[in-house]
Parts: sequence; structure tokens; C-alpha cells
Amino acid sequence: MTRYQASTPASALLSGALLVAGLAVCATSAQAEDEPPFITLASTTSTQNSGLFDAIIPSFTEDSGIDVRVVAVGTGQAFEIARRGDADSLLVHDTAGEEAFVADGYATERADVMYNDFVLIGPAEDPAGIRDADSAAEALNLIADNASPFASRGDDSGTNRAELRLWESAGVEPGGDWYRELGSGMGATLNTAAGMGAYVMSDRATWVAFDNRQDLELLFEGDEVLFNQYGSLKLSPERHPELKHDLADQWHDWLLSEAGQQAIGDFEVKGQQLFFPNADGE
Amino acid sequence: MTDSAFLTALELVIGLDADLLDIVGLSLKISLTAVAIAALLAFPLGAALALFRFPGRAPLIVTLNALMGLPPVVAGLAVYLLLSRAGPLGSLGLLFTPTAMVVAQVILVLPILAALTRQKVEELHGEYAEQLASIGVSRRRRIPTLLWDARLSLITVVLAGFGRASAEVGAVMIVGGNIDGVTRVMTTAIVLETSKGNLPLALGLGIVLLTLVGVINALAHLLGEATRRQLG
Amino acid sequence: MTHLTLSVPATTPRLNFDRVSYASRGQTLLGPLSLNLEGHRRTLIMGPNGAGKSLLMRLAHGLLQPTSGRLVWEGAAPRQAMVFQRPVLLRRSALANLEYALAVQRVPRRQRRERAREALARFGLEALARRPARVLSGGEQQRLALARAWLLSPEVLFLDEPTSALDPAAIRAVEAAIGDFHRQGVRIVMTSHDLHQARRLADEVILLHHGRLVEQSPAATFFDAPVTAEGHAFVHGELLD
Repeated sequence: MTRYQASTPASALLSGALLVAGLAVCATSAQAEDEPPFITLASTTSTQNSGLFDAIIPSFTEDSGIDVRVVAVGTGQAFEIARRGDADSLLVHDTAGEEAFVADGYATERADVMYNDFVLIGPAEDPAGIRDADSAAEALNLIADNASPFASRGDDSGTNRAELRLWESAGVEPGGDWYRELGSGMGATLNTAAGMGAYVMSDRATWVAFDNRQDLELLFEGDEVLFNQYGSLKLSPERHPELKHDLADQWHDWLLSEAGQQAIGDFEVKGQQLFFPNADGE
Repeated sequence: MTDSAFLTALELVIGLDADLLDIVGLSLKISLTAVAIAALLAFPLGAALALFRFPGRAPLIVTLNALMGLPPVVAGLAVYLLLSRAGPLGSLGLLFTPTAMVVAQVILVLPILAALTRQKVEELHGEYAEQLASIGVSRRRRIPTLLWDARLSLITVVLAGFGRASAEVGAVMIVGGNIDGVTRVMTTAIVLETSKGNLPLALGLGIVLLTLVGVINALAHLLGEATRRQLG
Repeated sequence: MTHLTLSVPATTPRLNFDRVSYASRGQTLLGPLSLNLEGHRRTLIMGPNGAGKSLLMRLAHGLLQPTSGRLVWEGAAPRQAMVFQRPVLLRRSALANLEYALAVQRVPRRQRRERAREALARFGLEALARRPARVLSGGEQQRLALARAWLLSPEVLFLDEPTSALDPAAIRAVEAAIGDFHRQGVRIVMTSHDLHQARRLADEVILLHHGRLVEQSPAATFFDAPVTAEGHAFVHGELLD
């Protein structure tokens, strides 16, 4: 092809697009060279959606010079990412699963970091009458007996696992038309529950930060079985020697340190503390 | 709520919010890079499919056409498994980087570009075939000739690819991880804001995305028209 | 051979059709027919629509392969070019169209511009060099197609109804160009349905009807005393059935 043909606008556009793309690639690679050190943290949507990480990571980065890149997914997927060696660190909320993860040799150590609690949410008119229930088990039984719609995460997340354990201890096998497994994250499940006027179990942090409540209200809280513990795991250098274990350990230790615990306790949404540090095992 | 979404979109744009600019910039960078790479591969491939007859050509075309409907999340999953530390290309450490997102989008866009390029080049070749044969142009030599002469239609083809790349969320979510400031693009930001229940902001971002794609399409259209008038 | 003028070959190429037929989808569209194209002549292929004029030309030029029978060039096949009824020009400038034809022939890059400009000048198109070929008028486009054919240095030039869509001035220019080719030693094979044009240009006429060869005669014979009844009817403007 001869040169002067390139004078048409179309070809100018094509070559322009290629040029932009080329520059973009260069810019991306140039960026990569002077990047500060970082770790990839696999964590849960509840911590991400509440804004906790936006609040605490900057102080860690300031102390350590290490950036933390958060991939927020369900706890089940977070375990899978860590198992495959795609994250340097793991912060989730499924104590039983976390202990099994250590036992299986994927992590060397787990530690309590903080807790919050689960709450039962439902339509303001509360057709199943769980507002006055004495326990979480009673509340779930009322929902099941009334066959009121219940929206379950259904995504093998920490919240989903906790919810299934609650049904089991309440002696109910959830199923039928009223029990809807959405296979979605916490926020998406809340959106759906709001749309169909369903009951739903949420972690308090996501609920407090959630803006699309429509007719939903917090109906039941306070039973100690609704306690929601978050743990941080040090991943195994033997399984995945290529990970940034040094940096990840600094993050793990910082979370448990006074500074980290302070930052978690200071985090508030709408004037409400959402996570309660308990690294010292209080 | 729709009103507040428009207001939010307007505020985002007028305020030139720094985070928004980063997200928009990254979205454009990733999708334009992916489309450019896919075009470099798909143009010759599509043209070759239009010009050469060989065994397996028909199944290949059917496969390409079918892949135009490849669900983004499947492409994302495939790239995830490929780039994961436990996968064959794990040692490159590309998962959860913009590069991984480009790779996933190339896979999504390549079949569209190749299938449409084949169609456009085949149409044009119907018109040119006798003349080119008469001058003695080999099949191979016809590839650049037809690609160049089909350049106006190929702009539309590239736009179709860009539309798919910039609109998809399934693939970039899985392979990028929606990391704030690193791999967060327009679509994954919209998913995140939706899951926070911040629907006006989510919709506002959606309006910004739509406007952006609209502006790019309009520019391409105007340039195409100008060229069409000039070339007749 | 120089590129400015075409030398008259020592022997004019001769193309032999030996019981050639062409069928598509089981229907015979042309032939079987046997004839020779020979001599340094201007042959006009004539006949009503659907007689098979274009098919005969495409077979001769090698764009189509016969379904049965043989086409043989005696000696080496000559350099050929073809000008179509509706010229197919690339979506580039007039000059670029010509340079492209030269590039395909592997003419060195630095010679292409000059030779393309010479060809434009020869066909009166030098002022239109930078214009996109597709926006030229019908007559200009056809002259550009002739200029392109010129650059291929053909020994035989095929033209398929080259003037059927043109106005009188453009027809005159194209016919002048055809004469120019012929004077430079190029064998002309051309289809036309225009008797007046045939009288102006033909040395020899081939009359086809329903895909069959009706008559092949020197022009003087054909127009004054056609050998066949169909030829007689055709020359007198009657409808053939």
C-alpha cells in the first residue's frame, strides 16, 4: 500500500486508534516499573462494600510502604483464589473453613482479627412476626412456618455458610418456593430482597452501608449465634513459594497490632461502628 | 431515582472526579488495546477465510460465528484458569492486572472482528474478483488489497468489537478482580456500586459509560461519512 | 519492450476454441463451439442479450474454465488485459489505481509513479491524478480502466461492452483509445450490441445466438452480405428468436 493513501479520515482514524492503543500499552508497562510494592488480598464483599478497606489500608500503606490490592469475592471463591496461589493474603469470615484451610496445609496460621454480627432483615410489616422472637432459631422457624419469602446468598460465601448452619441448628431444612437461593453477593442479595419483600440474613456492616433499603428493616439482632468472626490467614510458603510472604506477613501482623486494631475500631459508617477488633482474643 | 442518577452522572462529569477519570481512562486503555490487538489478528484471519478455500473452512466459520456469542464470564474463567498461579501461564504473574483484562477482551472481541471482517471482505471480493484475477493478483496479495479497500466497513466492525469490549463485565471482573485503582473499570465499578445499594451512582456511571461509547461512535461515524463523501 | 509504446509482436497470438462449452447448474449457456481468434485484428463479438458474448470473452481471458472442450493458445499465452462494462476501480486515487497494477506486476517502486503519470497523460487524465477513482464520471472511470490495461502491456485486449453506459463524448474518447491500442499492435476482442459501433471499429465479426456460433466473417462481408439468415436479420435490425 502506498503512503499517500493514508490521507483519508478513515485511515487517520484507524492509525490513530492503533497509536492510542500502542501508547496505552507503553503507559501500562511504564507504570509497572516504578510501582510501589503491593500484595493481593483475597477478601469478602462485606468488608469491601462497607468501605472498611478504604478506611484502613491507607494507614497500613503509610506505615509500611506496601499497597494492598483487594479482590473482594465470596468466602468460598476467596479460599479458591488462595488455594490456587493467586493471592498473597486472605481475610475471610468462616472460622470452621479457615481452620480446615490451615489443617489442609494451605495456610500456616490463622488469627482472629475482628468481629461483627449477622442481622435478620425483612419487610417492615414483618408477616412472619420475627420481631418479637426470643432467638435466631425461633425467628427462622417462624419464617419457615409462614413460608415467607427468604432470600439466601446461595454462593458458598461466609455469610451463606453461617446462614446454613443457623437453619441446621434451628432444625429446619430450608427449601420450597419461599426459599430462594440467589447465588449473589451480599449487596445484590439485599437489592433482590428489597425488590421482592423477602427476609434476608446480612452481615451488619453491609446492611448499615447499604443505601437501597426500600421497605426493608432490621427485624432481629443480638442472639450470640449471630456472631460473625473474621480471621486473617498466613498462606503456606511451601505450597506457594512464589507469593510475597514477607509483605503479606507485615499486613497480617499489622492487622493484629495495636495500630491495625485501632484503625478497625475507628471505622464508622453513618456514626455506627461496624467491626469490633478482637485480635487479643477478648 | 432516575433524576438523581442523571444529576449524579452530571456531577461526576462536571466535577471531573479524579477517581472517575482514572476509571474511565483505564476502561478506554484496556478496551482500545484489546480491540487494536484483536484487529491486527482478525483482519488478516477474516480476509484469509474470505479468500481461501480449504478443508475445515466451513466448520471454522461456524465456530467463529458461534464464538461471537461466547459469554464473557466463560472467557474470563478460561483466562483465569490460564493465568492463575496454578495454571499453565501462572509464572507470568498476570492475574488481577490490566494485562489479564486485555487478554480476556481480546478473546471476546477476536471472533466478532474476524467473522465480520470475513463477511465484509467476501462481499467486496464479489465485486473485485474478476478485475483482480484479470490483472493477475494472487489470492495472498488480495488480502491487504481488500482489507484496505474495505476500510470504511472495517471501521464499523472495529466499533462493534469496541462496543462488546467496553460493555462486558463478566470477564474483567474475574480476571481483573475489580481492584480499586488498579483493575477497576466502568463496568466493574457499576457492579460494585449496585451491590452497595448505591443505585444512583451506579446508574450515573452507566450514563457516563454510555455517553463515552456514544461519543466514540459518533466520531467514527462522522469520519466515516467524510471519507465516504470523499471516496464516492 | 518499452512501456511507452507497444511493439507489434512478430507473430500474432492465435487462440483455438475446440468444441468448448460452458454450463452452470446443469444448463448449457454457451457452445459447444469451435472457432479461432487470430491475426492482428479488431474482433467484435455481437448478438442479442443472453447470446453468450460475455461468457465467450471470459473463457478466452481465462476468468472461466470451460465445462468441456479445450481452449488453446498456440505458442505461449500472450499478455492480456480486460476492460469491463462497469470498471472495477479500487477505492483509492486514480494514480494509486495505476500504481497498484504496476506493483502487482512487480515494477520497482521508484518507477511506478512516473509510469502511472505517463499513462494518465496518455488517456487525458493527468488533472485527475489525486481524485478518488470512485468519484470520477463514467467516461473518466472507463478511461482510467483503459490506462490501467495499458500499463499491463497487453498483446491482447478484451473489452466487454466498454461503452454501453456512456454518453457520446465519452464513447468517442473510449473508441479513440481502442484505436490507439490497436495501432500499437494490440489485438482487440470486444463485445458490443451496437451495430454502428461495430461498423466503426470491427475488422471481423463473430455473431452468437442462444450460445451458439452463428457466423464469423470479415466485417465487410458481415455488414454487406452476411452469410447466414440470422446474420442478415441482425444486420438489418430485426429481432432474432
